[in-house]
Amino acid sequence: MQNFPFQPDQASTIAKSVDQLYFFLTAVTLFFTALIFSVIFYFMIKYRRRSPDERPHAIEGSFPLEVLWTVIPTLIVALIFVWGSTLYFRNAEPPKGAMEIFVTGKQWMWKIEHPEGQREINELHVPLGRPVKLTMTSEDVIHDFFVPAFRVKKDVLPGRYTTLWFEATKVGTFHLFCAQYCGAFHAGMIGSIIVQEPDEYERWLAGGTPGESMEQSGAKVFQANGCQSCHLADGTGLGPSLLGLYGNPVKLTTGETVTADDAYIRESIVLPKAKIVLGYTPIMPSFQGRMTEEQISNVIAYIRALGKAQAPSGAATKEEGKQ
Amino acid sequence: MSTATQEPRVHAQRNYLNTDYGWRSWLFTLDHKRIALLYLVSITFFFLIGGSFAVLMRIHLVEPQGALVQPETYNKLFTLHGVVMIFFFLIPSIPAVLGNFLVPLMIGARDLAFPKLNLLSWYIYIVGGLFTLYSAIAGGVDTGWTFYTPYSSTYSNTQVTAVAIGVFITGFSSILTGLNFIVTIHKMRAPGLTWFRMPLFLWAMYATSIIMVLGTPVLAITIFLLALEHLFHVGIFSPALGGDPLLFQHLFWFYSHPAVYIMILPAMGVVSEIIACFSRKRIFGYKIVAFSSVAIAVLGFLVWGHHMFVTGQSVYAGLIFSLLSFLVAIPSAIKVFNWTATLYKGSISYDAPMLYAMGFIGLFTMGGLTGLFLASLATDVHLNGTYFIVAHFHYIMVGGAVMGYLGGIHFWWPKISGRKYPNMWAGIAAVIIFIGFNLTFFPQFILGYLGMPRRYAFYPAEYQVLNVMSSAGATVLGVGYLIPLIYLIWSMRYGPIAEPNPWGATGLEWKTSSPPPTENFAEIPIVTEEAYAYAPEEAAGD
Repeated sequence: MQNFPFQPDQASTIAKSVDQLYFFLTAVTLFFTALIFSVIFYFMIKYRRRSPDERPHAIEGSFPLEVLWTVIPTLIVALIFVWGSTLYFRNAEPPKGAMEIFVTGKQWMWKIEHPEGQREINELHVPLGRPVKLTMTSEDVIHDFFVPAFRVKKDVLPGRYTTLWFEATKVGTFHLFCAQYCGAFHAGMIGSIIVQEPDEYERWLAGGTPGESMEQSGAKVFQANGCQSCHLADGTGLGPSLLGLYGNPVKLTTGETVTADDAYIRESIVLPKAKIVLGYTPIMPSFQGRMTEEQISNVIAYIRALGKAQAPSGAATKEEGKQ
Repeated sequence: MSTATQEPRVHAQRNYLNTDYGWRSWLFTLDHKRIALLYLVSITFFFLIGGSFAVLMRIHLVEPQGALVQPETYNKLFTLHGVVMIFFFLIPSIPAVLGNFLVPLMIGARDLAFPKLNLLSWYIYIVGGLFTLYSAIAGGVDTGWTFYTPYSSTYSNTQVTAVAIGVFITGFSSILTGLNFIVTIHKMRAPGLTWFRMPLFLWAMYATSIIMVLGTPVLAITIFLLALEHLFHVGIFSPALGGDPLLFQHLFWFYSHPAVYIMILPAMGVVSEIIACFSRKRIFGYKIVAFSSVAIAVLGFLVWGHHMFVTGQSVYAGLIFSLLSFLVAIPSAIKVFNWTATLYKGSISYDAPMLYAMGFIGLFTMGGLTGLFLASLATDVHLNGTYFIVAHFHYIMVGGAVMGYLGGIHFWWPKISGRKYPNMWAGIAAVIIFIGFNLTFFPQFILGYLGMPRRYAFYPAEYQVLNVMSSAGATVLGVGYLIPLIYLIWSMRYGPIAEPNPWGATGLEWKTSSPPPTENFAEIPIVTEEAYAYAPEEAAGD
């Protein structure tokens, strides 16, 4: 049976619950298919034409029957709708404290970067029993990050971030597929998710070529692009201070308030004129094409760290923006 | 040959086929029946082309590393298979062939409202088809029939423009056909043929025409914008040019999901006619079946977002689209129950059209029920983009639409050609197609659940067994499709002469000769009874 399995591995916390719904749906499908087939076969034999002159009496229809076979399917699909949506909503947001990993898709490979700086291509090492949140973007066309054993899938789009999360429950190596057609070697854009025991994962993290963490690389990119000459820490620069920014509300010139999350920061780097912070003029140039997606993700990691480390003093400098 | 001596006597009666044999009489004809035959020949040609691409794909996938072609070529094969089958076979199939032939006959008219537009629509279709064939010969196109951006607009360096022009042009042929049917059904019904006396095939054609007229322009706009970005780098869909990559999918599916109903609603109409005739019963719940076609046409416009559950669209949008997608399943279920109930206490014969219709119900039921897996958010996340999708839509569009089309061709063939085909061979073909179809596509449901993505030119070895099963089934299916091609062509010359109403069917098309005269009816008929008045007089007269 090794070569002919009927069920993919169940290797994440949600796999079993998705499968339960899948099996229920399969049961519904088999039941109604069998019902329709057997009724048709029964009628076709019982009421087969016995003489060419047969003229059966007309039956106009039956209102109670129409109601019956409208209401029953409606109830069944309502149940499936609620079941499927509940599972989907429960799994839509990653749990707090999930490990964050950054994924870039490009024709035809997956590039992965851990916060500690480890980089992988077409492989993703994750620890067992810990929620992992992936922030994903594409350098070219639309890809799709699909791990059948985890029952998770999300498109990876150019120009924006999508996120996906899972918690592995089984040690082993599992398929990673690109599930959105992306060109000549789409079928080759596959890789492995390697789930390890936490201590083994720690050893892997330590044993790899550590290099710089994403935050450290981000700091370098930040300096190299001269970002610090406007974004002064004390808030007196031409651009707003980035201390304590991450995850906090930002007031815009339009009167809107947005949260400074990954998507907002990415947009501010690529399309700086899209959202202007209250009290500042739109003079920042776009860094689209001047930073790679990985560099942008590193800068975000750096800004995120600025947010965490300096929150108290950062909050003070942003006093104006918060009111 | 003894039949040869009968020839002159057969054609002694003047009909739309023997009125003139010159090529001009075909290429410049304004007769809806001849235009239907022009379409029949053209879509059969495209079906054979699209089918041969599928054969090559199934051979290729026998080996995990790919047995036949390079990945680039494989990508072009599935793209052209999809483009040809959807835009040049399925969408025109029943409406442009059977609809063209039957709408005037069924309503007791001499032709469609706009015969010249009707001929124009065929020429437009042919020009669109030529662009598509050109693109195939000039190197092919590799975007998939869905043309997702920004791959299609800024990355693919294949013949995207030629195919886009082909699909753009051929869309106008759909619009003209739909427009013609709507006007004809509104204005040209014979005296006494009220809306609720119309055969359900006409209701289905009417609902389909509405989708064609309202949906196809959106496709045209979308394809136009795609070409604009591809040729002139106007930023619409590509983020690198300042566009929105998902906008294309919204626009594309706004047409292309309703397009599924352009393919399936006509088949449902055909099946209603066949079941009524071969069980000699009025369709159970006639009005409900009629209105369910309209409900499907309307709801079909509101479900496009279920193609985009994993694109990162808002979870609340996902919720609404999921709910609406479940709702559209209900009228389909109602139809299946009503068809089944029609058989109750009927007088059922096993003639070939009936076997095709029963095959339709079986395959459509499975296709519809597996759609529930994809309307449901949590399971769609796993199954989206896998072979499960491929299996599901082939059950609907091949198991459903093609079965219905073949059933219709077999039902009305004596009327169209004036000849009968060998009923036994037709029955055998129906059974072979049903079995071959299931052998081909059932394994793909399992493949998809196991996680094999679609559009893979090579794949991990663990999926080989199921792929080989699918390819083996495709061989059976291919043979099944070739048999009708042979005996139908054979029957045109050697088949026994058909009487005006060989099946004992109701409906105005059976009241005229087979094949009908050019003007359809010597005298415009007056309708005094309900549709499907198969019952003995006392019951029909009320």
